[in-house]
Amino acid sequence: MLAEALVLSALLFMIGAFGVLIRRNAIIVFLCIELQLNAVNLSFVAFSRYLGIEGQLFVFFVMTVAAAEAAVGLAIIISIFRHYETVNVENFNLLKW
Amino acid sequence: MTGLALLLTGLAQVGQPGVGEVFEPFLPGMILILPLAGFVANGVLALVSGCRNARMIRTGMAAEIGSVTHSLSSWIGPGAVGAAFVLTVVNFVGMLGAQPHEPFVQGYWTWIASGNLSVEAAIQLDQLSLIMMMVITGVGFLIHLFSVAYMRDDPGYSRYFCYLNLFIFFMLVLVMGASFPLMFVGWEGVGLCSYLLIGFWFEDPEKADAGKKAFIVNRIGDLGFLLAIFLLFTHLGALDYVGVFEAAPESLPYGGTVVTAVALLLLLGAIGKSAQVPLYVWLPDAMAGPTPVSALIHAATMVTAGVYLIARAGVLFALAPIGSATVATVGAVTALFSATIALQQYDIKKVLAYSTISQLGFMFLGVGAGAYAAGVFHLMTHAFFKALLFLGAGAVIHSMHHALHSTHSDWDAQDMRNMGGLKRFMPLTWATMVIATVAIAGIWPFAGFFSKDEIIWYAGAAAGNGYGVLFTVLWGMALLAAALTAVYMTRLIVMTFHGINRTGPEEAKLLHEAPLTMTVPLTILGILSVFSGWINVPDSVQDSIFGGFGILPMSEWLHHWLDPVTESADAIRLSGLGPYAESAPLGGGPVAWAAIATGAALVIVILTARVVSRQQILPASESEQPADGIRKILYNKWYVDEIYDRVVVRPIIAASRFGSRWLDQVLIDGTVNAVGSLTRSLGWFGSLFQTGQVTTYAVVFTLGALTILGVLIL
Repeated sequence: MLAEALVLSALLFMIGAFGVLIRRNAIIVFLCIELQLNAVNLSFVAFSRYLGIEGQLFVFFVMTVAAAEAAVGLAIIISIFRHYETVNVENFNLLKW
Repeated sequence: MTGLALLLTGLAQVGQPGVGEVFEPFLPGMILILPLAGFVANGVLALVSGCRNARMIRTGMAAEIGSVTHSLSSWIGPGAVGAAFVLTVVNFVGMLGAQPHEPFVQGYWTWIASGNLSVEAAIQLDQLSLIMMMVITGVGFLIHLFSVAYMRDDPGYSRYFCYLNLFIFFMLVLVMGASFPLMFVGWEGVGLCSYLLIGFWFEDPEKADAGKKAFIVNRIGDLGFLLAIFLLFTHLGALDYVGVFEAAPESLPYGGTVVTAVALLLLLGAIGKSAQVPLYVWLPDAMAGPTPVSALIHAATMVTAGVYLIARAGVLFALAPIGSATVATVGAVTALFSATIALQQYDIKKVLAYSTISQLGFMFLGVGAGAYAAGVFHLMTHAFFKALLFLGAGAVIHSMHHALHSTHSDWDAQDMRNMGGLKRFMPLTWATMVIATVAIAGIWPFAGFFSKDEIIWYAGAAAGNGYGVLFTVLWGMALLAAALTAVYMTRLIVMTFHGINRTGPEEAKLLHEAPLTMTVPLTILGILSVFSGWINVPDSVQDSIFGGFGILPMSEWLHHWLDPVTESADAIRLSGLGPYAESAPLGGGPVAWAAIATGAALVIVILTARVVSRQQILPASESEQPADGIRKILYNKWYVDEIYDRVVVRPIIAASRFGSRWLDQVLIDGTVNAVGSLTRSLGWFGSLFQTGQVTTYAVVFTLGALTILGVLIL
């Protein structure tokens, strides 16, 4: 049971990670990050069956932070779009020195 | 004033020496504190008036003279020194009554405590330091008084008195300190004040350079002094005078390497401070300072510190006969050498400067011959008549400067070729300077006769024991130097005061006698130049005509007075070298040589006066420098400055230039710059990886996370 859940979680995480690395659309990248978070949530829940309730507790923290992150992240993407008329991450190279 | 007090108090004490009584000092610390307080007060006034002068210059007004700060400085400056003089006299009279055998030492606090080195901040009052204090505060007070008039129109008036008070303080520290390190503090302090006062008019780069030259040349001597202190400490473990002079005869063998090294190193220090060959070159340049400064620092007090040092460390020099002989040689060579230069100088202060160097050479010869009291005696009489000569020259320059200034002439106010016939305009200055000239020329019964002839006598008498040939030669050189002294001083008087007036008719109308505050010190010093020699009439001539057939008072008073200080050195000398000879190298006793000396001096003075007054002297602007042989060499001071320039100054400048061009700019700057550009290029290389692309960062981040994970798993 645990093994299946962990395999699923790993698959989801890998999909999210590759999405973040190879997709260009900022919205998609953002969705992929959410996917990774939830993959981790899945493994938390799976482990909590054997190791105690703390795993589920932690899931709630992750969800809360994810919600806050979604709000902030979407706001940034919207303001970027207003400025550049695009959400393609290849067009942004401001994050340097 | 000093010598007059000496004379009067001494007269009162003759015949009733209460040896061995307890000496009760009276406020000895105050003697130091008063000039220091004067320095602080005048320093504040100098800051206040300096700020005000700057404001006035900014607003376009001329600097104000005769303000509150000005008159306050006029009272505080001389007042502090005068009060110190009064206290010194009180202590001196106290010591006259007691004539204690042991020095009075008072410690105030522990200055240095480190390991087994402990130096007390202590003052020592004994016969030698009190004589020095009398000269410093007495002559110092007179010169402060003279300066009130001389410096009246100077915008830096308060600053001047500030420095002068500080000088008196450090000079007193030098002679009152009870240990070698404290003497060194005073030694450096007077050097600082000398530098500040030589460069007092620092707007003129030449004068500022003269100050630097004095300071740098003195460093060479100071190094020797410092090394001597270190040697003394490593071998004796003590640095206070009492400890050193008690331990030295027991711990250091007679004529041994250590004590000889100490003596020679101390001599190096004394050579620097007292402007002896070969380090004398700073003193003629030091004449760039105000003339009263030349009188006080560069004639009467500071430059005699070397003689004081040797007299104070007499025990060490007596233990090192080679050291003493070197002292005497340096002295005699200097006396003769600088006397020859003085013959062909035209600047009135330069003549006096070379004369001072020459007289200091006599003092060195005296202490080198073991006659410490004779050296100190000449130190004292020389302080009187040379201060008088400088102050008289100051009065002349003051008058000349005013006259030339009012007619907007650009002639040199110090060049004797521009003077002539000043006797008519300045009779009192003329009279006092003639007295000083007769005194320095060594004509009986003036002060210089007794002191200088005593030194020459001892130099001759020292030829009777060890180093006989050497001292015979030195004695001959001293006689020659004494004869030259009479020549150049007579030349100075005749060129300045006699003959036709060469200032020009317009200027001649403006020449005037100096004001009262200048003539009073001149008169007092004139009286001293006559009488101060009488405090030490030798026993051997007391009953001849030179002692006035016993009329002149105080036979060998100074010798007896200094006995407690010099007796241990005298005893060592006696056991090491034997007694002085009874006659001079060519035969003849003290009376015969006194007659020869004074007769010769008189003849030389008269002959020189006749020769110089017949010479046709042109004003400086019309005369050329002498073209022929020896006169040209003397006019150019044996080219010593030029030789030093080639041999010392230029190689040092070349080495410094090499250091700055190659070592500093190429090697050190190159290394630093290389490190800088290496860092910069590494940074540039690193910044290539920073694309600004979020995706790139995410890839690197992921790879990093995977690597760490891999390491953890494996």
